Amino acid sequence: MAKITYREALNQAMCNEMERDDRVFLMGEEVAEYNGAYKVSQGMLDKFGPKRVIDTPITELGFAGLGVGAAMAGLRPIIEFMTWNFAILAADQIVNAAAKMKYMTAGQYNCPMVFRGAGGAAARVSSQHSQAFENWYANIPGLKVVMPSNPADAKGLLAASIRDNDTVIFIENEINYGDIAEVPEGEYIIPLGKADIKRVGKDITLVAHSRMTGYALAAAEELAKMGIDAEVVDPRTIRPLDEATILASVAKTNRAVVIEEGWRFAGIGAEISARIMEKGFDDLDAPVARVTGKDVPMPYAANLENHALPSVADIVEAARVTCNRA
Amino acid sequence: MTGTKTQEQAVGLTQEGRFYSAERLHAMHGMMLYIRRFEEKAGQMYGLKKIGGFCHLCNGQEAVCVGMEEASEPTDYMMTSYRDHGHIIARGTNPTAVMAELLGRAGGVVGGKGGSMHMFDVEKNFAGGNGIVGEQVPIGLGFAFASQYRDDKRVSITIMGDGGVNQGAVYESFNMAALWKLPVVFVIENNQYAMGTSLSRASAETHLYKRGISFKVPGIQVDGMDVLEVERKMGEAIEHARSGQGPIIVEMMTYRYRGHSMSDPATYRTRDEVDEWRTGRDPIARLQKQMIEAGLATEAEFKQKDKDIKKEIVAVAKAAEAQPEPDLSVLWDDILTDEIPNAYPYPRQVG
Ligand SMILES: Cc1ncc(C[n+]2csc(CCOP(=O)(O)OP(=O)(O)O)c2C)c(N)n1
Ligand SMILES: [Mg+2]
Repeated sequence: MAKITYREALNQAMCNEMERDDRVFLMGEEVAEYNGAYKVSQGMLDKFGPKRVIDTPITELGFAGLGVGAAMAGLRPIIEFMTWNFAILAADQIVNAAAKMKYMTAGQYNCPMVFRGAGGAAARVSSQHSQAFENWYANIPGLKVVMPSNPADAKGLLAASIRDNDTVIFIENEINYGDIAEVPEGEYIIPLGKADIKRVGKDITLVAHSRMTGYALAAAEELAKMGIDAEVVDPRTIRPLDEATILASVAKTNRAVVIEEGWRFAGIGAEISARIMEKGFDDLDAPVARVTGKDVPMPYAANLENHALPSVADIVEAARVTCNRA
Repeated sequence: MTGTKTQEQAVGLTQEGRFYSAERLHAMHGMMLYIRRFEEKAGQMYGLKKIGGFCHLCNGQEAVCVGMEEASEPTDYMMTSYRDHGHIIARGTNPTAVMAELLGRAGGVVGGKGGSMHMFDVEKNFAGGNGIVGEQVPIGLGFAFASQYRDDKRVSITIMGDGGVNQGAVYESFNMAALWKLPVVFVIENNQYAMGTSLSRASAETHLYKRGISFKVPGIQVDGMDVLEVERKMGEAIEHARSGQGPIIVEMMTYRYRGHSMSDPATYRTRDEVDEWRTGRDPIARLQKQMIEAGLATEAEFKQKDKDIKKEIVAVAKAAEAQPEPDLSVLWDDILTDEIPNAYPYPRQVG
């Protein structure tokens, strides 16, 4: 296995799928000649030409809708949003069109496509450019929501998302783009809807996705020094959620902390902790705790930003409290 | 363009029939040069990692900032994108507060919460500093609506880029503005690129001043590298809007010398192209030349002025840097106006 970056892994997945299926194309702002604002599509214009790797004007609503129509007409669009902050302009096409098309047409049409791009907080870019929206999309029937936390998952999950016959919201993380790890070469598919146990442990379950998975793993190392053996579960697909893996972990550890970068209210942690309560109540020795971003728009100043985001220390603290070791 | 000296002494110059006093010319020149040096300092501070995130400089576009400001009234509204340092400084906001914002300090224009992209100053009627491309355009329309509603004759100067002009909401705004004859000047800063995408790769109609035709919004094209032309034509456009004739589009032909943001190496354009604008059409050099030819200043005076401005900016940066970071408690300020204390999520607390 070669060691490659998260962004290269995404690139490989797209290239492999485009080689395999000529209905697949990539469209978005700066994806072609500039090789991607974050260089995820590096070299793809050279490889596939301007027919399949297409730069757009800055018109998110328009090209998202174009993707929906092209998918309905039988193509397999990958629509890149430079970041998910800008997808808000396209929300109508995602939520009102793509997500509902199969249902509204009683199956006459479907939208096999991927909307992808960077989500979550980036560094020092303030309120409009640092936001986690996975809970918005995860609320919508008709969508699948996928969030890889490491390079191998990025490759396997994106390939699966492109092959999937529904609309997939694929949320990457800008700060993870440069992460390097071993990634299987050639075709590599990770089925959607399968969580992954990133660290095996017996004392407490830490559920975390995207960039927070790395934080949870770092917290687990800290906890180990305190004699707490944490298990880290990465859902990978947020919707539909592999709750069986989470529940099995909680059945073993009897304690859980759910971690997300986004806001707490009606967040992913709210859903996951509700499921644990509904389905795993008898396994619990303590209430499920949540670690989330603070309930504020993201500020620019370094000290404020730091304070707004969840930290490894926050996770350690929540885990200790949950294990009665505070 | 003619540099006219009156018989007795040089007191100004006349361009296209419009007279500019020496004093005014010096002020315009000084402001352009100030913005240029300010942006250079910001670039330097970014290089030193004292400024973080996205930082978009406006080097090359100073004539647009200054000429527009000269043509407008302080009570007119102005809003733009994230490329906002030059505009807010031209509006008269304290540059130390702008630098402090860039540095994320307590004394920044928005207390360190916004950074480079989100400069606001309500006292100067400057409504941002908007990070989402095109976002400010319908907002600008709203300011124009408020002006018409109150009949207070204020014009909304709503600025966007050549890339931003392609957002759908821009056309919705053109239509509503024309339909209701709202007092708005839509300024398109056509600096030829939207990130790495040249105008012709993103726009079928590259004459952006024509983009209002089907909405009956008239448009004019302006040499945005000539501060006097910007002032004159912008003055006419503002008058058009103020007099109740409705919206107008002003396409400013300009160029950004630096990359899109600090992380952009700008390899999508040639050195020659950059040089052509930079050395051939630079707005500051151009005005200097005009003023020297008109006998209003000497090379030596401009050199001294530049030195003085650079010194001033060093002091501004120092003063900004000396400020403390924002107090952590402000994290929770200004989210809601009417906080509801006993309902979750509770104001000012975690969980
Ligand atoms: C809705 C939205 N889409 C994409 C972006 C990313 N982005 C930031 S600036 C920019 C280019 C804008 O170019 P232009 O309007 O010409 O303004 P300039 O930067 O040249 O001043 C893009 C694509 C964004 N901020 N908002
Ligand atoms: Mg531009």
